[in-house]
Amino acid sequence: MHVALALFVIAIGSVVFHLLSPWWWTPIASNWTYIDHTITITFWITGLVFLAVVLFMAWCVWRYRHRPRQGDVLYEPENKRLEWWLTAITAIGVAAMLAPGLYVWSQFITVPPDADEVEIVAQQWQWSYRLPGPDGRLGATAIRHVSDDNPLGLDPQDPRGADDLMVQGGELHLPVGRPVKAVLRSLDVLHDFYVPEFRAKMDLIPGMVTYFWLTPTRTGTFEVLCAEMCGVGHAFMRGFVVVAEESDYRAWLEQQQPARPAAQLRVPTMTER
Amino acid sequence: MTAAVAFLVLLAGLAGWWLSGQRLMSRPWLAAGVVEETGSLARMPAAKVGLGVFLAVVGILFSLALSAYAMRMQLADWSAPPLPTILWANTLLILLASGGLVWAGRCVQHRQKERALDGLLAAFGLGAAFLGGQLIAWDELAASGYRLADNAANSFFYMLTGLHGVHILGGLVALVAVTARLWHSADATAMRLPVELCGLYWHFLALVWLVLFAVIAGWAGDVLAVCRQLLS
Amino acid sequence: MADIPLDRVAETATTEVEDLALRHPHGWVTRYVFSQDAKTIAIQYTATALAVGFVALFLSWLMRLQLGFPGTFAFIDAAAYYQIITMHGMMMIVYVLTAVLLGGFGNYLIPLMVGARDMVFPFANMLSYWFYLLAVIILLASFFAPGGPTGAGWTLYPPQAILSGTPGQESGIILMLVSLIVFIAGFTMGGLNYVVTVLQGRTRGMTLMRMPLTVWGIFTASVMALLAFPALFVACVMLLFDKLLGTSFFMPSLVELGSRLEYGGGSPILFQHLFWFFGHPEVYIVALPAFGIVSDLIATHARRNIFGYRMMVWAILAIGALSFIVWAHHMYVSGMNPWFGFFFATTTLIIAVPTAIKVYNWILTLWRGDIHLTVPMLFALGFIVTFVNGGLSGLFLGNVVVDVPLSDTMFVVAHFHMVMGIAPVLVIFGAIYHWYPKVTGRMMNDALGKLHFWVTFVGTYAIFFPMHYLGLLGVPRRYHEMGEASFFPPSAQMLNAYITIVALVVGAAQLVFLFNLLWSIRHGREAGGNPWRATSLEWQTPQTPPPHGNWGKERPTVYRWAYDYNVPGVAQDFIPQNMPPEAVALGPRLATGGVP
Repeated sequence: MHVALALFVIAIGSVVFHLLSPWWWTPIASNWTYIDHTITITFWITGLVFLAVVLFMAWCVWRYRHRPRQGDVLYEPENKRLEWWLTAITAIGVAAMLAPGLYVWSQFITVPPDADEVEIVAQQWQWSYRLPGPDGRLGATAIRHVSDDNPLGLDPQDPRGADDLMVQGGELHLPVGRPVKAVLRSLDVLHDFYVPEFRAKMDLIPGMVTYFWLTPTRTGTFEVLCAEMCGVGHAFMRGFVVVAEESDYRAWLEQQQPARPAAQLRVPTMTER
Repeated sequence: MTAAVAFLVLLAGLAGWWLSGQRLMSRPWLAAGVVEETGSLARMPAAKVGLGVFLAVVGILFSLALSAYAMRMQLADWSAPPLPTILWANTLLILLASGGLVWAGRCVQHRQKERALDGLLAAFGLGAAFLGGQLIAWDELAASGYRLADNAANSFFYMLTGLHGVHILGGLVALVAVTARLWHSADATAMRLPVELCGLYWHFLALVWLVLFAVIAGWAGDVLAVCRQLLS
Repeated sequence: MADIPLDRVAETATTEVEDLALRHPHGWVTRYVFSQDAKTIAIQYTATALAVGFVALFLSWLMRLQLGFPGTFAFIDAAAYYQIITMHGMMMIVYVLTAVLLGGFGNYLIPLMVGARDMVFPFANMLSYWFYLLAVIILLASFFAPGGPTGAGWTLYPPQAILSGTPGQESGIILMLVSLIVFIAGFTMGGLNYVVTVLQGRTRGMTLMRMPLTVWGIFTASVMALLAFPALFVACVMLLFDKLLGTSFFMPSLVELGSRLEYGGGSPILFQHLFWFFGHPEVYIVALPAFGIVSDLIATHARRNIFGYRMMVWAILAIGALSFIVWAHHMYVSGMNPWFGFFFATTTLIIAVPTAIKVYNWILTLWRGDIHLTVPMLFALGFIVTFVNGGLSGLFLGNVVVDVPLSDTMFVVAHFHMVMGIAPVLVIFGAIYHWYPKVTGRMMNDALGKLHFWVTFVGTYAIFFPMHYLGLLGVPRRYHEMGEASFFPPSAQMLNAYITIVALVVGAAQLVFLFNLLWSIRHGREAGGNPWRATSLEWQTPQTPPPHGNWGKERPTVYRWAYDYNVPGVAQDFIPQNMPPEAVALGPRLATGGVP
């Protein structure tokens, strides 16, 4: 009796906990509301299955518990029809989760052609950023160029890199409402650029360049965390992203220093390209 | 991971073929009574089945190593070392050793103990010579400046040949044990199975070597290029 | 293997093996230490793995203390924390779960359940255990090595795993890799035995489709392990080369804390592919034996045939095959080619279908049964709840785009603990309570067993269910303290403290189990040969505990499948597999006393 009751309480209690939980995803600040929708669909389907299975189990345990004068136990090795029905329903439920998932994924990996590029560079245990200068293009980089006065390893021969803007140890600013392609690079080990409010995240891999894209949808200051274990400083590898209105963003941009100030460049803005 | 998945598909095909003879569709609750075992696997010697399973493990091990090779060679810094010419001779040696074991197997079947022993000893000698030849190839490469850590292609060459060499070494130990047992045995036919198993193991390793050789020499590169295109 | 005339065993494998063909012990050492009896090896495996399990449990306490009350325990700094989680994870997954389910239950149950006298290669079987023990010793030695054990995380991802920003990079990582290599070599010897014994050692009449699902589960898992562990083997060897010989298989050129290293051109993603080619099947290597065992526990204690036996077998085979083409779902945000996401999300969600079928069939077995709420049955019920919960949260993580916000958060930690930590552990406990009377001849104490079950089941659920919501909130995993973040409410830290307290209680409850396990050897109630009135062969041995050789003079002959419970028109409520049809007493159902 108490076993069935316990199962019942677990099933209902889990749902109640879910509904009352004060721990829930952060208010979204990017265009990836589709991801939240897919999670919601998944919660509905899996929640119903969980309830159905555990409640049915609780009922069975109560109804068919051993009693001295037991009714006949059903000897039924299988029931093809029932099994095929259950299989079909499961397949439909799985498809109902997979289809939106794949649809959103195809959007997730297709960067809009007008997206601004910004490079995010990780090293143990800090974030750096690089924005293209007036030419709108990032210069080439290589690990062999990394030195004290060239911490991100820009190729000195590449003219495209001369006007790149470097943000080291500071905050990354992004304009609200414009798609951004984040190009990711690591100087040492694996890292993962993770802003919970953006939903999107991706590992940074030394030796290769990865990417993700998003459109910030609301202004504010958001915390950056590292989400791929990167050694003892992992938990402290934090930073901030500031999503600002276009005018504020431009004001910030004007204060940034180009990679090689000697190149005598005029103060660049993003819109001039 | 194409090579590994392809090998798994091969194994899955074999397993499926065997399972198809195991009446997986039957309703076991219907027939009470003794049902005799079907299929030839049940009548095979356990040691032979065991060796078959072990070779599947060895096979997946090398296909994984080759998968890694295929993925690594696409990266920019790859520069393959020259092929030591002695590898041709080594290939001949390992194939001859295989032949020696085939010969020994035939002789054991016909109760020709002395000739079987000759075959086993020849196989052992050729196998040992193969190992020696591989060491010479290492030496040759290292002497001409292609050291282990210089380039991933070199690292793979040493690692793959080393991994294969360790398996050959195991085969040689088994060969010594079987030769000794045959030497002391009164009835050569009793040693039929061990000699056969030695041969199976050896043929498999020879086959692995041929594949490794083809990959290292770059002939498999064309095949791999096709696989890459399929994947990317 | 020279001890048994090979061809003799071989040529008579499915019929009669003379008892004399077995290598009988001649003294204390060959009986208890270097034994070739699969049952003794099983006990050695289980005991060693349980010991490792208690070490890993203790590590989880330390980890939870740090997370629940950060900064209170000065000796757990970031480095120590990473060493603790790494060792906890690797120990539990490889050295406890794999070792108990395959080395322990596989050794004990396969020969008995298929009616064999022993494994087909007893000497290799014995070596397997000693290799395993050596691997454990090497692993534990890293606690005392300079720099301590590795703190690379159980995934051991390069480049971080072998660089100086990670604790244990002096020797801990080397010992870890060597230990894994030794473990894999040892496991291969054992795995060959489990597979070939099922293929060849089955007694007369034991066709594949008459095998208990336990054997199906362990058999399929063994085949998978034999094919999956080589991937870890290759990865470990290559990582050792990178660490010790300076090769660049996985190591790209990089600047480590200001200085450029010699490495160049390697691919960290390559390691991840190899690792998860092993790592994902590993999940099912742990799950499939648990599936099989739980099927038999439910059928036996619900006194009802397992529902949909054929579907269950096919599902095991389908899961086993599919699990080899889903590995990259651990790598959706790893930077691999994003087009892979479509393929791997699809295969991953397809695998949910056969898995769901298994769950349905378990609960449909309960339906219209005669459910005896014994301790093993309680654990089986607990397994279903935790497995369903963990399996369903797997649908979040397997569905590529849903995984993006959740990956590397506490949601993942909660998910895999529920589905491949707690669920299989509950089955292991249930199985120990179930088969203990066969191993020792005595029952384990029922009241203590129930206490153990309730604390463990309710406690672990109360730990890991809320933990999902920390991940949903955005708390990353592998943080030695959550720290401050604008989106962490103060209540999140309270939840962490609460989880720690429950974890301490659940951990302490395992001491009850340990006490029960040891106390019952001498003081448990006498069990008799078949206390659960079960049908499968291991309960029909002439002696309990079964001696070496298991079956006395003659191996049993099997006449039916393993699930003839409450067959209509039969007097007894179960028919053992080796009972000939003419011996089955027909008539009205005899009053069956409660199963103890």
